[in-house]
Amino acid sequence: MTSEWGFADIPALFERMSGDEKHEWAAASTLHVLWVLYDRVLNVSPERVDDPDRDRFLLSKGHGPMAYYAVLAAKGYLDPSTLDTWTRWDSPLGQHPDRVLVPGVEISSGSLGHGLPIAVGMAVGLRAQGRTSRVVALVGDAELEEGSNHEAIALAGRWGLANLTVVVVDNESGTYGWPGGVATRFEVEGWSSSTVDGRNQDALHAALGGVEAGRPKVVVARVVKGSEGP
Amino acid sequence: MRQAFVEAVEEVMASDPRVAVVLAEISRDAFRPSPRVVNVGIREQAMVGVGSGLALSGMRPVVHTYAPFLVERPFEQIKLDFGHQDVGGVFVGIGGSYDDPAWGRTHQAPGDVALFDTLPGWRIVVPGHGGEVGPVVREALAGDDRVYLRLSLRENSRAYPVNAGFTEIRRGSGGVVVAVGPMLDPVLAATEGVDVTVLYATSVRPFDGAGLRAAVAAARADVLVVEPYLAGTSAHVVAEALADVPHRSRALGVRRESELRAYGTAEDHDSAHDLDVVGISAAVRQLFGHPV
Repeated sequence: MTSEWGFADIPALFERMSGDEKHEWAAASTLHVLWVLYDRVLNVSPERVDDPDRDRFLLSKGHGPMAYYAVLAAKGYLDPSTLDTWTRWDSPLGQHPDRVLVPGVEISSGSLGHGLPIAVGMAVGLRAQGRTSRVVALVGDAELEEGSNHEAIALAGRWGLANLTVVVVDNESGTYGWPGGVATRFEVEGWSSSTVDGRNQDALHAALGGVEAGRPKVVVARVVKGSEGP
Repeated sequence: MRQAFVEAVEEVMASDPRVAVVLAEISRDAFRPSPRVVNVGIREQAMVGVGSGLALSGMRPVVHTYAPFLVERPFEQIKLDFGHQDVGGVFVGIGGSYDDPAWGRTHQAPGDVALFDTLPGWRIVVPGHGGEVGPVVREALAGDDRVYLRLSLRENSRAYPVNAGFTEIRRGSGGVVVAVGPMLDPVLAATEGVDVTVLYATSVRPFDGAGLRAAVAAARADVLVVEPYLAGTSAHVVAEALADVPHRSRALGVRRESELRAYGTAEDHDSAHDLDVVGISAAVRQLFGHPV
């Protein structure tokens, strides 16, 4: 399946889905990151969803997957007509994505705090197999409240997982915030970090491109809550 | 059993590059250093998540620690990171229900099998002897499915061949006793001279319903299940297996009505749960002692 859809077509794809307001803004906050990843960063394609040497993208923050589905449709993983079935009984597209139902989706997510530890395991596994694939996980700043993330952040730093990148979409949703900034939680564990405007695609591309030898990378994509949108 | 497990895993690892081990401190010195043996420290949620990531990258993870920290603490990770992701792995717990009760309730996990039993797609194996562990481990590592291997310090006096179904140890006509894993020796002692069939179960999920039906068909339809974990864990599968057979059944296992707030020895706890020879004998007399 190939597609000629571009970023300008995303609003039309978005409108084919409708849902609750809470999850719609969550979808918008991740949109630019998702587009840059699939358009300019990840070594993936719809024809290679089972290629062991593909890059892996894990949407840990499974809430608000409409942006994810819209990008997957634009990139040819989904027929755009599938978007019309969103959350129906016979649809593969739910409020939280399911890897068994949607080609190209690497993990089923929705319960927060699972994607980052899985990403660490993936990075270890790929490294053990001698593969150079990257693993990129997207989490939300509020999701980082789950303690499981901090177990994984420490491990990735200690193990020097250069093939792992985490994108934190920071819309200041955390209940008690992150004194010193989200990135400091990663930096103290040895990660490299950068903080960029989460709607500036060139800045995102520059931050997400490449890996740093010997340590994992975190990119904090700042998005002001309430102002998101294609 | 733990040493047999480690030896079997290392033997398979030498020839199968898919196999990787994830530990959380427990048993960290039991395995030889290898890039495919990773110790996450005291991080049990990450242990399971990392195991899932290994599986998703194409490897065959062995996830291992003490039973309560393997099953109860990271249970949502087991449910979602393996079950919902639909990937396989081999979970190996040690400690049984109360192998070392001097450590107290925090280190006891009698509900482990019942918890796994709430999740679809898990095979559960309960060896009764260290000699049974190697074949089970090798068979589990060769597959791609989800397996829980429940190890214990409690052992029978001899090993039996491990089958997917039940092994008939004795044949009788007055009823059927199913002894799970290390409960076989006390069951054999408690049924000495009693005219009942004794079935030995190591593979408890899937449950050998056909084997139970066949045994019941050849004897009186009274069934006693003796399990080394939470009492009644297998009651529902016994009921399903015998749904169209008029029968009586009783389940012996770790009592569930209240927490046993005591230390002592494993034998003390056996006695408190009626899982010693005296307790099992009483249940045998009660269930099978009536006239035909």
